[in-house]
Amino acid sequence: MNAENSVLVRVRNLKKYFPVYQGILFNRHVKDVKAVDDVSFNIFKGETLGLVGETGCGKTTVGRTILHLYKPTSGQIIFDQVDLTDLAENELRHIRQRMQMIFQDPYASLNPRMTVGSIISAPLDVHTSLKGLDKRERVQELLSIVGLNPGFVNRYPHEFSGGQRQRIGIARALAVNPDLVICDEPISSLDVSIQAQVVNLLEELQDRLGLTYLFIAHDLSMVRHISDRMVVMYLGKVMELADRDEIYKNPMHPYTRALLSAVPIPDPDKAIRRDRIILEGDIPSPLNPPKGCNFNSRCPMATDICFQCEPDYVEMDSNHFVACHHAGKINR
Amino acid sequence: MEALLNIKDLKTRFHTEDGIVNAVNGVSYTMDPGEVLGVVGESGCGKSVHALSIMRLIQIPPGEIASGEIWFNGQDLLKLNSSEIRKIRGREIAMVFQDPMSSLNPVYKVGFQIAESLKLHKNMREKEARERSAELLSLVGIPEPKKRLDNYPHQFSGGMRQRAMIAMALSCDPKLLIADEPTTALDVTIQAQIIDLVIKLQEELGMAVMWITHDLGIVAEMVHKINVMYAGFIVERGNVRDIYKNTLHPYTKGLLGSLPSIDEAPGTKLVSIPGLPPDLINLKSGCPFYARCTYREERCRNERPSLELADSNGHIVACWRWEELQSEGVK
Repeated sequence: MNAENSVLVRVRNLKKYFPVYQGILFNRHVKDVKAVDDVSFNIFKGETLGLVGETGCGKTTVGRTILHLYKPTSGQIIFDQVDLTDLAENELRHIRQRMQMIFQDPYASLNPRMTVGSIISAPLDVHTSLKGLDKRERVQELLSIVGLNPGFVNRYPHEFSGGQRQRIGIARALAVNPDLVICDEPISSLDVSIQAQVVNLLEELQDRLGLTYLFIAHDLSMVRHISDRMVVMYLGKVMELADRDEIYKNPMHPYTRALLSAVPIPDPDKAIRRDRIILEGDIPSPLNPPKGCNFNSRCPMATDICFQCEPDYVEMDSNHFVACHHAGKINR
Repeated sequence: MEALLNIKDLKTRFHTEDGIVNAVNGVSYTMDPGEVLGVVGESGCGKSVHALSIMRLIQIPPGEIASGEIWFNGQDLLKLNSSEIRKIRGREIAMVFQDPMSSLNPVYKVGFQIAESLKLHKNMREKEARERSAELLSLVGIPEPKKRLDNYPHQFSGGMRQRAMIAMALSCDPKLLIADEPTTALDVTIQAQIIDLVIKLQEELGMAVMWITHDLGIVAEMVHKINVMYAGFIVERGNVRDIYKNTLHPYTKGLLGSLPSIDEAPGTKLVSIPGLPPDLINLKSGCPFYARCTYREERCRNERPSLELADSNGHIVACWRWEELQSEGVK
């Protein structure tokens, strides 16, 4: 797994700050929203890397910055040995053929004035030279791959339910045979029974086409189901990274523990037996992150050191990275 | 003990350009004082419409409560005129909605919105209502409640807005609180906070709570009974343990199978329910779940099963084959 050539995406010290300006006459740059602050991880070929965290933790920004939809403030994205940082726009477009995205909201991400056929063929127009019948065949093939009737090409998005629209979004992402698909909360706006359909489809497509996924979500149970490894983010920083079973059996960061204990258990007996850690308060504003460890305002284990200096992101166990002063000292 | 809420054969439908949408098709059940009931089903199964019917918040037209009785505290809510129902709505029965951003008015201060119902229902003066509003905010766990009264909804985070909505709903000590997917728009950690809060408040104040959701995972630890709804029918109802441990209806089994378990073995496949919920305009005469059911047989296509008692605990199910499936041990 860890061999150099099996790494598809290398994210190195990625930072993405959004500047905040104030004043009318002299538009001064007053501060930054640190949406992503020094994040590093690898995505291996053929794996599913789950990226979890609450709203506003920067997980979507990470996904978009990997695609260079946002220019990183600093840091590097290396996709299959190619550093994207200094690529020109047309070279970037070429390489984007290999990385596609599935968006969160299947209602907002499909143009209501375009037919399903033209939505799915848009990436084919940009990246391939398919024309006429060939293009149509490819679109119909894609529709049947995602489990929709190929006869639907001339229909409009409003004729479909949420789960079906998400399938259209998946077909569009797969149109150009990508290597990496970034799934940005693809199931969070769907009903549970439909979520299971879409997750099963994603898993099946991965087996069939050898895809690599970055699966972004806030629902830990579904991420655990689909992922091989998991990254937990909080306020722009990585808190913990490990194999999914390791993170479940041996969560070292208090935030990961709280997230795990917040997952609803569909079993009344087990649900009553467990101790829940209920986090107090809300995630702080990324405009004014707390001094020291980002999580100190909500952490049940915070001590003086957590308010003074930021914890290092270290490898506590093999392939288990944590950023916490107390990691390894606390028992479950 | 007399039931707090007794619904008999409620039918709600909507007249649209495409035809009549049969949203609720004969729902009957009772709720005791202080009971916590979970109402579970997919979008479009009639769970929210049935709750809005209880509150008499169905817009008429296009909506219509075609038949049924809703007995609450000794009176039939469907027979009350609009000024009488207004005395019940918000005071005796309160509701918390799904989306806290769109259900709070963005141009009024939070304090004003909470005090409004206190002034209306409890005839409180301005000052008294303000003090009570601050108490309510601190009851739902918002720090510095006095200051927060003068904030606008946009100054609150999603979780805090939902807390404010709960404070508003609790302002008149309702006997029944209807929570319509109150945590769907929230993060898991905030969801855990809100669930914890409602359980605590329910125990303290002793009101009955109806928790509407599409996720069977959420309600497992908080409710006493569960109604599973599909296509406007109750297809299974029982005590919470019976629903999870002795699941009878294939639809409920599908809902449970769709949830990944946190301690599952690697490589486990989710059992999804194939297909989509049925079209409520052209509802066929057979079992509503026929088209998606793994265990269907010929009879299910033409004859609609009615609710049968499955055991002595009041576990009821509407399925022709439940006994067969149970004895075969189908999970």
